[in-house]
Amino acid sequence: MTKHNFRSNTLPSVIMVGPVVLWLVFFIAIPLLYVAVMSFCSIDESYNIVFRFTTVNYKRLCDINYVQIYGQSILIAVLTTIVCILLAYPFSFLIARTTSKSKAFLYMLVIIPFWTNSLIRIYGWRTFLGTSGWLNMLLMKIGLVDSPVNMLFKRGTTVLGMVYCLFPYMVLPLYTAIEKLDKSLLEASSDLGAKGPQTFFRVILPLTSSGIFSGSIMVFIPTLGYFFVSDILGGGNSDVIGNLIERQFQSGNNWPLGAALSIILIVITLLLVKLYQKCGGDMESLGV
Amino acid sequence: MRRKTKAKLKKGLSVVYCSLIYLFLFLPIFVIAANSFNATTTKPYLTWKGFSLMWYGKLFDNTTLLQSFGNTMAIAFASTAISVIIGTLAAVGMYKYKFKGKSVIDALLYIPVVIPEIVLGISLLTLFSNVNIPRGMITLILAHATFSIPFVVFNIRARLSGYDNSIEEASMDLGASRISTFFNITLPVLAPGIFGGGVLAFTLSIDDVIISYFTNGQTKTFPLKVMESIKSGVSPDINALSVLILLGTMAVVFITQSGILNKKDRRN
Repeated sequence: MTKHNFRSNTLPSVIMVGPVVLWLVFFIAIPLLYVAVMSFCSIDESYNIVFRFTTVNYKRLCDINYVQIYGQSILIAVLTTIVCILLAYPFSFLIARTTSKSKAFLYMLVIIPFWTNSLIRIYGWRTFLGTSGWLNMLLMKIGLVDSPVNMLFKRGTTVLGMVYCLFPYMVLPLYTAIEKLDKSLLEASSDLGAKGPQTFFRVILPLTSSGIFSGSIMVFIPTLGYFFVSDILGGGNSDVIGNLIERQFQSGNNWPLGAALSIILIVITLLLVKLYQKCGGDMESLGV
Repeated sequence: MRRKTKAKLKKGLSVVYCSLIYLFLFLPIFVIAANSFNATTTKPYLTWKGFSLMWYGKLFDNTTLLQSFGNTMAIAFASTAISVIIGTLAAVGMYKYKFKGKSVIDALLYIPVVIPEIVLGISLLTLFSNVNIPRGMITLILAHATFSIPFVVFNIRARLSGYDNSIEEASMDLGASRISTFFNITLPVLAPGIFGGGVLAFTLSIDDVIISYFTNGQTKTFPLKVMESIKSGVSPDINALSVLILLGTMAVVFITQSGILNKKDRRN
C-alpha cells in the first residue's frame, strides 16, 4: 500500500515483537546452538571444555551400555504412551460426554492433583508401594501374601510413575477432541444400522484421532527426559536418556558428552514432530 | 425392561471406571496427607506412630524449608510477570502486524513446548555458566520465564482468533492514541486469555523440577528441597507444607475461577 502505512506500523511492531524475539534468540536459540557446538568438543583432565572439533562423543554414544538405555528408554516411553491412551480414552470420553452439571468440576478434578509438587507425589507412590507401604499392608491383611512384596525399582514402577505424571497431557487433547464430536453423526451411524463397535472404529475413532496424536506426542517425548521418576521409582534399574544426560552434567562432569546425548533427544523430538505434522497434526493443539 | 437394566449397568460401570481413575490420581496425595499427621520422629519417617499435628507446628520452625517456599513464590511471581508482559505484546503484535520471519518466531516458541525439559535445562546451564551470570534467583527467574512465555502467547492467541480488529480502528478514529487504545480496548478484551496464560505460567513455575535443577546454583526452591530430602526420607513437615499449598491453591483457584467456570458451563 502506501509508504505512510508501512512507516506507521514499523515502530509498534518492533516494540511488541522485539522483546520476545530477543528473549527467544538469547535464551533458546543461542543456548541450543551452543549445546550443538559443545557436542563436538572434548574435556581436559580438569573437566574444562576444549574447543577443538572431535567426534569422540558421538562415537561414545554407540557404546553398547548406552544403546541399551536408549532401547529401554524408548520401551518405557512406548509403554507409557499406550497405557495413557488406554486409560485416558474411555475416561475422557465419559467426562466429555457427560450431560451432568458437574462436567466442569469433573474436569477440574483431573487438574487438582497437579497442584501438589510432582516430586512429592512420586515419593507418595514410593511410600505406597514400598515394603512397609499401604499396599503391602493391605495385601498381608487380606492374606494374599505372607511377607511384603518388593514392588519398587522395577521397570513397571517407572512406567507407573510416568503414566501418573503425564496422564493429564493425554486427557486434555482427548477431552477437547471428543467434546467437538458431533452427536448427530453418532445417531446417523446407528440409524444406518451400525453396531456399537462399528460406530466406534469407523466414526468416533477417526474423528478423535487428532487428540490421540497430540496426546501421544505430549506423553512420549517428556518420558524420555523425566530422570527424577526413574530415579525415585526405578532406583537405577530403569534409567531413561534423561538420566544419562543428568549424570554428565552433574556427577560425571563431562558436558560435551552430555551435550551429545541431548542431541539424541533433540533429533527424536524433531522426527516425531515431523511425523505428527505429516499425520495432519496441528501444532497449536500441543500448546495448551 | 432389559434395556433399562442394561443402561443402568452401563452407567454403573462408567461411574466405577471414572472413580478408579480419580483414585489413581489422588492416591499419592492421600498418602502424603496421611503422613503429614504421622507422629514419627525417626528417619525415613515411614512407620506410623499415631496421629499428631506436631509436624504442622514444626514446619514453622524449619526456616530453610520456609525460605525455599518463599523462593518458589518469588520466582513464580517474577517469571509470571515477565512472561505475561512479553507474551501479551508478542501475541498481539504477531496477530496484528505482517512481517518477515514470523514462522521462525513460531518455531522458536514451540521449542520449549515440545522439547524434553532436560534439554532446555542443560542448554540454559551452559549459557549461564558461559556468560558468567551467577546461578541463583536471577537465573531461575530467567529460566522460568523462558519456558512460560510460549504458553502465555498460545493462550492469548487462542482468544485472538475471534478478535475483531475494527473496534481498535473505531477507537483510533474517535481520536484515541495507539497506546491508550492498547490499554483501554485491546487489553480488556484479551483479559481472560492473559489471565489464563498467567495462571498457567504460575503453576508451571511452582511445580518445575527439571529446569530449576540445572539453573539454581545454591538457591533452593521448594521442589528442589523435596528432591534433596528424598534421599534421606522426606520429613513430614514437607508433607504438611504440601498439604497447605494444595489447600491454598484450591481456595485461590475456586474463588477466581468459579465465575469463569460457570460461564463456560452455560455456553456448553
